[in-house]
Parts: sequence; structure tokens; C-alpha cells
Amino acid sequence: MSKIKLTKVPFIGTEEQAAKLDAKLAELKELPGGLMPALQTAQEIYGYLPIEVQSKIADTFKVSLEEVFGIATFYSLFTLNPRGKNQVSVCLGTACYVKGSGEILEKLEEKLGVDAGECTLDGCFSLVETRCVGCCGLAPVVTINGNVYGKLTPDQLDGILAEYKPSNLKN
Amino acid sequence: MEDVVKMVNLKINGKDISVPEGTTILEAARQAGIRIPTLCFLKDINRIGACRVCVAEVKGARSLVASCVFPVSEGMEVTTNSKKVLESRKTTVELLLSDHHQDCLSCVRNRNCELQTLADELGCDSHKYEGDKNQHDLDFSTPYLVRDNNKCVLCRRCVAACKQYQSIAVIGPNARGFNTHIGSAFSKSLINVPCVGCGQCINVCPTGALHEREEIDSVIAALNDPSKFVIVATAPSVRIGLGEEFGMPIGTNVEGKMVAALKAIGFDRVFDVNVTADLTILEEGTELLSRINGEGVLPLFTSCSPAWIKYVEHYYPEFIPNLSSCKSPQQMFGAVCKTYYAEKMGIDPKNMVTVSIMPCTAKKFEKSRPDQSAAGNGIPDIDYSLTTRELAKMIKKYGIMFENLEDDQFDCPLGIASGAGLIFGATGGVMEAALRTVYEILEQKELKNLDFMDVRGTKGIKEATVPLHVNGQLVDVKVAVASGLANAKIIMDMMKAGTANYHFVEIMSCPGGCVNGGGQPIKTAEIRNNYDVKAIRAGSIYKMDKNMSLRKSHANPVVQELYKEYFGEPNSHKAHHILHTKYAKRNKY
Repeated sequence: MSKIKLTKVPFIGTEEQAAKLDAKLAELKELPGGLMPALQTAQEIYGYLPIEVQSKIADTFKVSLEEVFGIATFYSLFTLNPRGKNQVSVCLGTACYVKGSGEILEKLEEKLGVDAGECTLDGCFSLVETRCVGCCGLAPVVTINGNVYGKLTPDQLDGILAEYKPSNLKN
Repeated sequence: MEDVVKMVNLKINGKDISVPEGTTILEAARQAGIRIPTLCFLKDINRIGACRVCVAEVKGARSLVASCVFPVSEGMEVTTNSKKVLESRKTTVELLLSDHHQDCLSCVRNRNCELQTLADELGCDSHKYEGDKNQHDLDFSTPYLVRDNNKCVLCRRCVAACKQYQSIAVIGPNARGFNTHIGSAFSKSLINVPCVGCGQCINVCPTGALHEREEIDSVIAALNDPSKFVIVATAPSVRIGLGEEFGMPIGTNVEGKMVAALKAIGFDRVFDVNVTADLTILEEGTELLSRINGEGVLPLFTSCSPAWIKYVEHYYPEFIPNLSSCKSPQQMFGAVCKTYYAEKMGIDPKNMVTVSIMPCTAKKFEKSRPDQSAAGNGIPDIDYSLTTRELAKMIKKYGIMFENLEDDQFDCPLGIASGAGLIFGATGGVMEAALRTVYEILEQKELKNLDFMDVRGTKGIKEATVPLHVNGQLVDVKVAVASGLANAKIIMDMMKAGTANYHFVEIMSCPGGCVNGGGQPIKTAEIRNNYDVKAIRAGSIYKMDKNMSLRKSHANPVVQELYKEYFGEPNSHKAHHILHTKYAKRNKY
């Protein structure tokens, strides 16, 4: 069984986000089947569905937290993991894959200490698998925040990640 | 105009039958004497048509239909045992078996498993489909329950019990497709969610995916330790449940054989928890009277059912002051043994082992609560708590021929109890027992009719008004009885809204009370769908009470002796120290 991926990144929500969700929940509360749009809205606001947000929704709709969680883990649209400041996408399309992107992904998982689909504890990076990004000539390809890194070898990864570390960004 | 139920005519397996409109094929077939096997279906709580075991062929229909949810219609022609139907059922079960840990021989539910029965009846090849198998970690986190998802068939009967009976819904289906599994929010283990431990999920599970955390080996070890004085005591409902594990009809009274079996196993004393049920009435009744007199809040809630206590602590902590401070009869029993009886016998309570036999899984949790050590020094009031099912296992393990045992009697002194203590096993029993005593105390005359019919029966919520003289004034004492936490929730929400004006409320966590507790013999869905098991068992208890000469707790000579020799009077300082306890708010997540 592939385990449900839970985040350990602490929840940081702003008052503004909370107010936005509260307003929407007030609107959806009495609506039959309002739970699904509530989850969708919450994900739009926060980018993911942490326990704090699911608990609030459960209380609003007078259902148990497990009932909300069951829905949140049923639909692939919903994610329990926050999006990092930097989105590292590894292309697993055919060309990239035969050129070794599988190994690149493994190395990135090791270096960042997370599995694909998760976010690092400091919220700096999230790692995702992606399909063909349309530049097979550069395979294997990784994109970070839309910046393309092609013809990658594992030994280049440290240098690339370092560009996005907060200490380096300040410089 | 009278409401006329429209009848529908149809044919099932060529047999003409007429049933009311809205009847499902499954029910109609049953009425025609035709059995359709089921797996996920559970009357009243789980009609989801998910497992496809109950399929039937309807002439003209595009595909096979799930008979548990498919309503009959005029002129319908149904076949329940065509080749197509039988093959479909067989394949369905073989696919379930392909992702099932088939360690039947060492499974707790061996020979009492609905999946095993289906595989047998349908002639399944248990290894027809070999493919991926899910590997789940077992959840051993609680002291009362073990979840083994490797044996789960995803029928969702446990989910339905948790939600419909108990309104808690701490378990449910998580993830999707082949990864679907029953679990709790954020994959937390059961100890970290507001589960109350009632065990109703175990009772409805068709397989060995859920079972109690067994303590049989610890009890056997104590019995084999010559330095230990091992006392056993049985709850009211055990004696009308245990026989079922030996093939006897539902609700058979086997008190005498049960006592004989416990003696044959080798317990040093075989006592009756009914004695401390009687004691509870004196303590709780006195507490009620003092609350009516203005000391403390009303209504007073009973505190016998540990899952109910945990429920209030998690979900309605603001009403903790309404809970009776009385320990449950189980805990009072252990407390009395390790103080009064230990002193009387000159036994160091350290060397005394108390074992309770309970129709309950939450009792395994209750005994480990804080403040359950009347003898002090961390000596637990109750050391081990076995379910009715565990006792049956133990009797079998010991090679005792239960059916052939001669009836025996409980040991003295903690074996003499009243019918009032006995009816604690059925919903309304504690209330009735309390009324029998409170009436005589307040009215200072003999109660002629001991049967309070208003609080009997398996209805979820019952109410009654009993006019009683309190301090010379006639007060309409309003009482309510609820069983199943979904019903308790209704009362609690009334409390919140300020519309509950009761003096005394009895709550039992399990629907129907302890007779239907989470530790009682497991009945298949087929039995549950066709018999009201809890009503039959309760009927047996009331019949026993009716035939007893001692039917009032305060008339119990053992209880009288306990107060005279040891506690002084109900709610005395000593009684408070030994027989009462405290509760605390618990978080939900």
C-alpha cells in the first residue's frame, strides 16, 4: 500500500486567509453537498488541506474529521502537502526517463529529504513528478519555478539547489 | 381514508410472491424462503450495495443487480441462483481473497468468519487470483482493540456502526482504489483519535480485521503463580451471552454453568459484579438525592458505561460535573476486593489479582484510567478484564465440557446480588434498579410493583416521570434512558440547548445496553438482520430478575454488611475514597 503522505511542515495561516475561508464557509454551510466546494475553496486559499483547515471544515459541516479526511484523500485534486517556495519538477516523460530522470528524482529525494509530492520541513522546496515539458532534446530535464535545467547529471544538483536556498537569494 | 400499502407481485426463482411496495429483492426473497448471501449489508445501518455478493438476475435488466438495495416492481422475474449469479458471487469473493491475509487457522475469527463461510458456500478457490497484496501495519495502540487491515474486506460495516450507532465516525475509508483502507483522520492510530472503545465495530466486522486486545495469557499466568490469590467476577450480561459461544440459543441463561466453569479453571474465588452493581445503586442513589437537595448540578448522569464517560470527556466536557462520581461496578468490585475483602481475608492486596469478565471492550480501557487504585501504591482495582468471548475461548482452551457442567453457585460473600443488580445489563436497568431503591427510601414504604415498564425495552430514548416525596414535598422526578451514543447525543444536544429538564439520566454506550456490548458473542449479519439479538438477551435478564426473591439493591444483605462493617453509610468519606472517582476533559485531536 502506498501510504498517505502527511506533511510535517508547520501550518502558517494568515488572518486574511482565515477570514476568506470563514466567509465562504458561511455561504456553503447550509448548501446540500457543500463540503466538496468548501474543500476546493480551502485548497485555493491555502494551497493544501492541513489538519487545522480540515478540522474547521468538519466543525462547520458537523461531520467528523475522518469524514472530511476520507474525501480529501479520495480525490487526487486535493493535497495534504503544502507547496514550497520553490517548485522542483522532475520530468518523467519517456525521453527524460530513458535519459535517467528516474535517478535524478531519487537523488533529489535524497538531497531534499522528502518523497515526490512532499515539501521540505523549512517550506523551501516541494518536489513533484511531472510529465513531458516539451523540450525532449534537453533530456533529462528538471524545472524549478519554470527555469529549465537540461542535460542534467546528478552531480550538478547541489549547485542548482543552492541557487534557491534563502541565504544565497539574499546575495 | 386508510393508508393502503400497495402490494407488488413478482416471481423469485419461479415462485410467485406478493410483497409491499419498496421491499428490496433481498427482503422479498427472504419472505419467500429463499436465502441470498450478503457481506456488506447490515440492516438499518449499512445499505450500500458495495460488495456485490448479494447479486441477483432480473429478467430484462442490463446487468446483475445488488439485491440488498434493489426494490421489487410489478411483474419482476428474479433469479437468485442461476449459473451467472453463482459465478459472479464466486469471482467477487475470490477477488476479495486475492488481497486478504489468509491465515485462517490462527485467526481470532476462525470458524466464525463471514468471509470464510462465503468462500466455503460458494466453492471458492482461495488462490485463484494471485497479484499485489496490501501490507498494512497492525494498530495495537489502544488497550482494548486491535485493527488488522490485512484482513479487512472494506465492507464498511464498522464505519456504519461507528457513525450510525455511536455518531462518532472516528473511522472511515481513506485513500482510493487499491489503496483504500479503513483508518482514522490523518492516519492517526486509534489511541490518538476520540474513539470511545465501545467495540461495536468489532461486533459487526465479518472477518478478523477487528478484535479485542486479549488478556487471556496474563490471566493464565496469574492462575499459575502460587503467590497470587486470583479472584474472578462476572458482569450481568455475561451469563446470558456466554452460552451462545457454545451453540446455545441467543440469551440462554448459563449462570450456573459459567460459575462451574470458572471454578474448574481454578480461580480462588468466583464472585459476581452484580454485588457492586447493587452497591452502585446505594452510592449513586444517595448522590442523586443530595443533588436534588441542591448539592451539585442536575441532571445526574450514570457512570457505569466507560465508553460513555470517555465520550463526555471528548465531546461534551462542559457536562462532566453532571456525571456521577461513582466508579463503575467493575471498578467498585476491584476496589472492594483489594480493600475490604483483602483486609477481611488477611491478604496483601499486592498479591491479589482481580479479573473481571465483561460484555465490554471499553472496560479494558477503564481499568487503566487514573485514580483506579483504592488500595493505593499503584495497585490497580482491576488487573485484567476479559470479554465474554475471551472467557469462552479460555473455557475451550481448558478442555471444559461446558454443556455438561453441573450448575454451581457464586462464592460468598461477594456472590449474593439482587435482581436490581442483574438488570444493569439491559438499557433502563440501572434506572429501574435506582427507582426501586430511591422510591423506598423517599416514600418509606414498600414498593409493590417493582417493574418500571416505561424504562424497559430497546427504544433508543425512553422517558418517565415518577412522583416522589423529597423533603416532604411531592416532586415529579423526571428521568430519561438512552442507549447508543447517537441517542445520547440527542440528549446532550438538548442539554446544550437548555431543553433537557431531567433529574436523572441513564446512558449506556451500546445500543440496548451491555447485553449488546462490544465484548459479547459475535452474531453474523444474517442473524442480526433477522433477529433483535439485544431484545432477546434483555428478555432473558428480565425473566431472571422476575424469578428472584431478592430484587432490591438496598435489601441485599451483603451490601448492608459492607456499610455496617466497612463504609459506614453511602457517600461516606471512606466510600468516597474507595468507590468514587474523577473525570477530565480530553482533546478530540
